[in-house]
Amino acid sequence: MKGKNDDIGADKRLEMYRLQVEIRDCEKRAYDLFLQNLVKGTSHLSLGQEAIAAGVASAMQPGDLSFCTYRGHAHTLARGVPMEKVLGELMQRDNGLMRGKGGSMHLTSIEHGVMGSYAIIGAHLPIACGAAWRAQYLGKTDVSVCFFGDGTTNIGAFHEALNFAVIWKLPVIFVCENNLYMEYTPISEVTAVPHPAGDRAAAYGLDRIVIDGNDADVVYRTMQAAFTRARAGEGPSLVECLTYRHSGHSRADPAKYRPAGELEEWLKRDPVKIYRARLAEFGIAEAAIAAIEQESRRKLDLATEACKAAPMPPVELLTTDVYADGGWAWRN
Amino acid sequence: MAELTYRDAVARGIAQEMERDERVVFLGEDVAKAGGVFKATVGLYERFGPLRVRDTPISEQAILGAAMGAAMTGLRPIAEIMFADFAAVCFDYIANEFPKLRYMTNGQLGCPLVVRTGNGGGARFGAQHSQSIENWTMMIPGLKVVAPSSPLDVVGLMAAAVRDDNPVIFHEHKSLYAMKGEVPDGEIVDSLGTAKILRPGKDATILALAMMVPRALEAAEALAAQHGIDCEVIDVRSLVPLDTQTILTSVVKTGRLFTVEENPRLCGWGAEIASIAADEVFWDLDGPIVRITTPHIPLPAADHLEDLAIPNAARIAERVSRVMNGSQR
Repeated sequence: MKGKNDDIGADKRLEMYRLQVEIRDCEKRAYDLFLQNLVKGTSHLSLGQEAIAAGVASAMQPGDLSFCTYRGHAHTLARGVPMEKVLGELMQRDNGLMRGKGGSMHLTSIEHGVMGSYAIIGAHLPIACGAAWRAQYLGKTDVSVCFFGDGTTNIGAFHEALNFAVIWKLPVIFVCENNLYMEYTPISEVTAVPHPAGDRAAAYGLDRIVIDGNDADVVYRTMQAAFTRARAGEGPSLVECLTYRHSGHSRADPAKYRPAGELEEWLKRDPVKIYRARLAEFGIAEAAIAAIEQESRRKLDLATEACKAAPMPPVELLTTDVYADGGWAWRN
Repeated sequence: MAELTYRDAVARGIAQEMERDERVVFLGEDVAKAGGVFKATVGLYERFGPLRVRDTPISEQAILGAAMGAAMTGLRPIAEIMFADFAAVCFDYIANEFPKLRYMTNGQLGCPLVVRTGNGGGARFGAQHSQSIENWTMMIPGLKVVAPSSPLDVVGLMAAAVRDDNPVIFHEHKSLYAMKGEVPDGEIVDSLGTAKILRPGKDATILALAMMVPRALEAAEALAAQHGIDCEVIDVRSLVPLDTQTILTSVVKTGRLFTVEENPRLCGWGAEIASIAADEVFWDLDGPIVRITTPHIPLPAADHLEDLAIPNAARIAERVSRVMNGSQR
């Protein structure tokens, strides 16, 4: 069987497929829950971008840290956070990751190494540098991974963080998910170079790494090399993953700005479909593939029901954890 | 006991904490090899080495972001923002990131760090290097905010800030760096959230912060000598937490409240305290609450103009005496 014994292997491939399926299912369910008005506020889905989350997370080790953006459901799930915890937070219920205090844009689970999801563009790149600095200072081998979109490459914090990470040789990996649109505007209309991250790498003495972000194998292999470099003390990497979001920027966006046929072209390169075919190509039995899909739907339905049944956060939470003493007192 | 300058007290306070706790690290522009543009961190690089005392590029967002990332994963960073005015280019961290992390994550993460910054005027630096920004930081839930007025308080409040598990904005006053004061030997640890009565008095309460403290004390002496008005001068020291007990107890005793603020007029820290006093001790007041502030203008560079803008002892004394004698203005 072609490639059967390649560097990735069946077990890792099944794991990456499982992650992509679970993220796809969970994001679709999040959208359904919007339509039922059970998810409030806003939400930014990663439909179409699942291969990046799966490929990166599968290359991470326990103890490595993830720093996400408001489009962070996928990366949070990929680190092993249960669906119920994610959907519960989207539904702002007491069973959510942060008991409804953060919401969709701020998913955090330190026990899974998810060190926050940041909703101010670019803010978390320097923060990831700081976490990497701590690892370097304490002689630890963990690596910080920072995810962001193409639009982030035009904000100052991106450039400050890259320069900073290089001069301090920090164990941090910057992963740009280039889905071609910042919010509604094509990134190409507002960026001086064709590849918003990759073409900036040279300015910081880094290799230009632009990869197919819809192929989890490609993402996984690229990240393995970046992790090796980071753990060897050779400094940061900047990886631009080309991808496409199947839905709009956020809940409010029907994505009418996309030219006719563009979505259809990208759907042919749907990462979940690509990977399903890949598994078959490597001789993995259809039954094993189908079992992953069935299990994902089963877990998702259980999680959804648990969230619907969960209470809203208690009113006492309104004023907890403003300060480290657990309260909010600003005066005596 | 040694006489130290306010600038030397900064280095002493940081050194005390770095000596005690290896998790304490220090970063900023020109802070290491050069010892800081105000020479407030001289000797730290030589004493604690290049891994703990680090020069950074002119990248205020990277400085504060890196401090935050280190803080939330186990270090106790001290970051310098050279001039307080530059807080505006990294305000995302001060307004959105540090103070909301613990709340948004339901207590999963915290941000125990100190941002030191050179605040305030009097050095003829013009509008973009002279502002008093303490009120910018006071208004944000989740931050603690202190502004010492003496070398002793610099050392003690620095220690308290570094040991605190919250993000603390530490406003040093640029025009106080040369001030000298007695500082006892040995470890000094103060507490955040405590005001200090520096001059007891019975007729009026004057609240001041940072450089306004020595000016208020000077005014109080003049008021006593020339007008027989006995003022109680309180160094507020900590805007968040705010020691309202000490402040309101004094106001109840004297029946009169004046604030002396270097920040421009609107939304200065004294406005908040005035509103608290009006809410809670109104019936103990014998006259209007009066705020003596820098006018609502950018600061000019020319020395005689800057001196006109920032409250000084003569203006404080003149205003207090007129109000105490029944004038509304």
